[in-house]
Amino acid sequence: MHRLDRSLLIAVALLGLVAPLLLPAYTAQLAMLWVMVIFALTWDLLGGQMGYNSFGNIVFLGMGMYACAVIQRDSGLDYHSALFVGMLVGAVLATAFSALLGAGVLGMRGHYFAICTLGLGVAAGEIASGWDYIGAGSGMVTPVHPGEVGERNLFFYYLFFAITVATFFTLRRLYSGRFGLAINAIRDDEDKAEAMGLQTTRYKTVAWCVAAFFLGLSGGALGNLIGFIDPRDVAFSGATFGVWMVLMAILGGKGTLWGPVLGALIFHVTQELFWSYLLGWQRVALGALIVLIVVFFPQGILGWARERWPERFGQRVEPGAADGEEGRA
Amino acid sequence: MDSLQILFDAPILNVQLLLDGLLIGAIFALAAYGMALVWGVMNIINVAQGEFVMLGGFVAVLLADAGIHPLFGVPLATVVLYAVGWGLYRTIVFRVVDRDLFISILATFGISILLQQLANQVFGADVRSAEGGMGTLFLFDGMVTVGWIKVLACAVALLTGVALWLFLKHSRLGQAIRATAQNARAARILGIDTDRVYAATYALNAAICGAAGALVAMIWIVHPYLGLAFTLRSFVIVIVAGLGNLLGVVVSGLGLGAAESFAGFVFGAEFQAAFTFSLLVVILVLRSRLLARKRRYLK
Amino acid sequence: MKTKSLFRTAALPLAMALAVGTGTASAQDKIVLGAAVSITGKYSTNGQNTKDGYDLAVKRINEMGGVKVGDKTYQLEIIYYDDESTPARGAQLAERLIEQDKVKFLLGPYSSGLTKAIAPVTEKYGVPMVEGNGASRALFQQGYKYLFAVLSTSEQYLASAVALAAEQAEKAGKKPGDVKVAGVFENDPFSQDVRAGVLEDAGKLGMKVVIDDKLPPEINDMAPSLTKARALKPDILIVSGHAKGAALAINQISEMKVDVPMLAMTHCDSAKIIEKYGKAAEYALCATQWDRGLSYRDDWFGTAEEYAVLFEKEFNYAPPYQAAESTASVLTFVDAFQRAGTLDQAKVRDALAATDMQTFYGNIKFDETGKNIAKPMVLYQVQDGEFKVVAPTKWASAKLRHPTPPWSQR
Repeated sequence: MHRLDRSLLIAVALLGLVAPLLLPAYTAQLAMLWVMVIFALTWDLLGGQMGYNSFGNIVFLGMGMYACAVIQRDSGLDYHSALFVGMLVGAVLATAFSALLGAGVLGMRGHYFAICTLGLGVAAGEIASGWDYIGAGSGMVTPVHPGEVGERNLFFYYLFFAITVATFFTLRRLYSGRFGLAINAIRDDEDKAEAMGLQTTRYKTVAWCVAAFFLGLSGGALGNLIGFIDPRDVAFSGATFGVWMVLMAILGGKGTLWGPVLGALIFHVTQELFWSYLLGWQRVALGALIVLIVVFFPQGILGWARERWPERFGQRVEPGAADGEEGRA
Repeated sequence: MDSLQILFDAPILNVQLLLDGLLIGAIFALAAYGMALVWGVMNIINVAQGEFVMLGGFVAVLLADAGIHPLFGVPLATVVLYAVGWGLYRTIVFRVVDRDLFISILATFGISILLQQLANQVFGADVRSAEGGMGTLFLFDGMVTVGWIKVLACAVALLTGVALWLFLKHSRLGQAIRATAQNARAARILGIDTDRVYAATYALNAAICGAAGALVAMIWIVHPYLGLAFTLRSFVIVIVAGLGNLLGVVVSGLGLGAAESFAGFVFGAEFQAAFTFSLLVVILVLRSRLLARKRRYLK
Repeated sequence: MKTKSLFRTAALPLAMALAVGTGTASAQDKIVLGAAVSITGKYSTNGQNTKDGYDLAVKRINEMGGVKVGDKTYQLEIIYYDDESTPARGAQLAERLIEQDKVKFLLGPYSSGLTKAIAPVTEKYGVPMVEGNGASRALFQQGYKYLFAVLSTSEQYLASAVALAAEQAEKAGKKPGDVKVAGVFENDPFSQDVRAGVLEDAGKLGMKVVIDDKLPPEINDMAPSLTKARALKPDILIVSGHAKGAALAINQISEMKVDVPMLAMTHCDSAKIIEKYGKAAEYALCATQWDRGLSYRDDWFGTAEEYAVLFEKEFNYAPPYQAAESTASVLTFVDAFQRAGTLDQAKVRDALAATDMQTFYGNIKFDETGKNIAKPMVLYQVQDGEFKVVAPTKWASAKLRHPTPPWSQR
């Protein structure tokens, strides 16, 4: 069944490459879809594979966004160099910050971790909105891409597509080796894992750093795609992007590689449909959707399918990665 | 740090800040107590806490609009929100009671969005308030002023706390709630209908928040997006106090109110919330450090 | 195989979503305008005002026969989306209006933050946008060519209040430099811009700024700032924080009995401070973009008062200035269409830039950055339960009552 996985990969990759050519009017929305996929994938690294439900990953996104915008504002480089340098600096900053935080925060278990990260997200937004250097509450305007209109959207589309691909393969690689087994062990029973001699803190910190790196990287680009950075509503938007990350991963099936991708796709499309057809009531519908997902699909679509047809899934999963019988946290 | 200088020059302002903070804190404590109850008994972190406060506020506002003194909103909001809480339990919450804690966080988050947006559709996003017209209390030659409504709110909050404590201690249902909190399975074996206990607990929480909301409407303002501030502060308070510790919740609620009041004055209002949430993170990190040390010690 | 078919099932709604929108291309006899407004979220009250303002203009213009462009007559239509009061959403929706709904002209959203998010998008596509609710000055320092604002920018909101404070100080035999200014501003793009204007004006007059607080948008309590005001006894207290800030300020100043000789605010009318707080709102000064008592008129609505009456009949509430400036935005577009004689975006843009007209809302003439320089702000004071215009003197219907007596005598 390794072949199915590969053919799925090739199909998605091809679709991803040609999608903006097939649907040129939707390029910006499709770019946003890849952003959502990155959100869900990076969240699932901790939440799904390691059992650490973070509400604070948004912090890394916001840091990347601001770092990149500051570099673009102050460096004097041309647009593209400033953007790429900014994204890299943002990613490195976010990674460094996550390593620093990891020591204190990853020692917490269960809901204390969840709430602490929630607090981190809110505090980051509040601090950013009081800090004049980055525009405080007035936010920051990112420079406009110099090229033609269509060119710009294609540029960002392929940029996000590339980041998604990089994230996906990094995670796939990680999950299929010793690292994947280790973080799964942490999820299933951290004390036992520790007793077996696993350096749990080190694994946890590395996992968080990987998530932070890709979020920081995409944060810089996302700030440019949106065009305006508001501290609470865009950069550290815990109540939208921050929670959506979690929902998408859960919807698709947390703890699986394809689940977050599927979840992000369904969630994004549903949202866009709500926005088109339920003027004013779309958030009510979103709330109802969240309740429905969580109450009736807590294992997500892939999780549900796996429970239903375990033998098919037992075969599909690559050797070494998450296996079929693990307890669903 | 000009602001600090002011506090030294006019020490009487400390009294003002302290009083304001404590009186706000009493309301925070009320909402937090409901959260502690639900968390302790049902093992659910109710993220819709602030939305119950908001709905309670709208009950008082509607009463005031109808020409009735909003003070009657306190008992009315209690009753209305009890019904709302009961309804939510019977439709949604009972499905997540024995699930993973994280599932319940998300489910109640969904409820909170739902309530918030419904309120936006039904009442509009206008900022509303229920003027009680209660006058102001002057202390120290008018240097310190406290609205009577705040004093009253504080009294109501404390009375509710005492009533709750008596209820949990002595009534049948209260005892059943405590038994369920201690060990749900054992309680079931001994013939306690834990499902009913859960429903009552969740409804009771909503009712307490409703009362707090009615007071909020009289003291400050109410709008559909008010909730988050109360939910997050309830977290902070409950975590500091620990579950099932009524006195602890009251003390840390008052403490948080006072701390925020001074932080807002000294660092500026823009860092007030940042202060609260940084405090939350610091407390949690310290707590986990302490626990880790204890674990090592036990080993 | 299951995964594959699962994936296909999931792709189906995507295909459906993609099919949407392509069908809404504008019919031949219609000019379709697009707007993202806040129907939910923290700005939804003012967002609704904005939408009502747009709708009234469209209705009126269509009733009067539509817009004559060249030798063809068109009806107006607006496609709305809800931006949920968040900039990220606003930018995406603007993109969507332009790319998928093929809208060639945009009307502005509510608030400076949302306008800041949408302006780069319209600029990029060369889509002209006329807005009446993004007042931040920063919007007009970006070199945007396709953004036009019919309203006065935010630094002007309270400039006349600061000037009044200086004038009153001189009357009392003091220097303007003796005036102590206290400011409490919400930490959002609009109010921070108001703050910049106030600090600049106060600086020019040599006034001392003794309090300069930023209120977080989710604030529900401003007691610490007011405690500071009691200690430092400013001569003028300035509060800017949309409707919530205005309501809180009146509520808490009256409860805490903080005495300030002059209180100046924004958004008093949309906060309905007179209805809600009665006597406690007396003496407050309020900045407004427009008043129904002003002597402007146009061919579509007649006088400002006639507009107000029509609006009340349609929506059952008195039009706040947010609605009036939205209506004026549509009128500006209509005027530009007619003068351009074509629906070519670049030509309409040039026609907009050359706008010079009077509407019921005020005179409209844009400078090279796109902001309206022909219309002054108006300052109200609450007097005996009514908003009375006290500045500028040209329209003043009442004399300023100053200073505000202490609470013990009210």
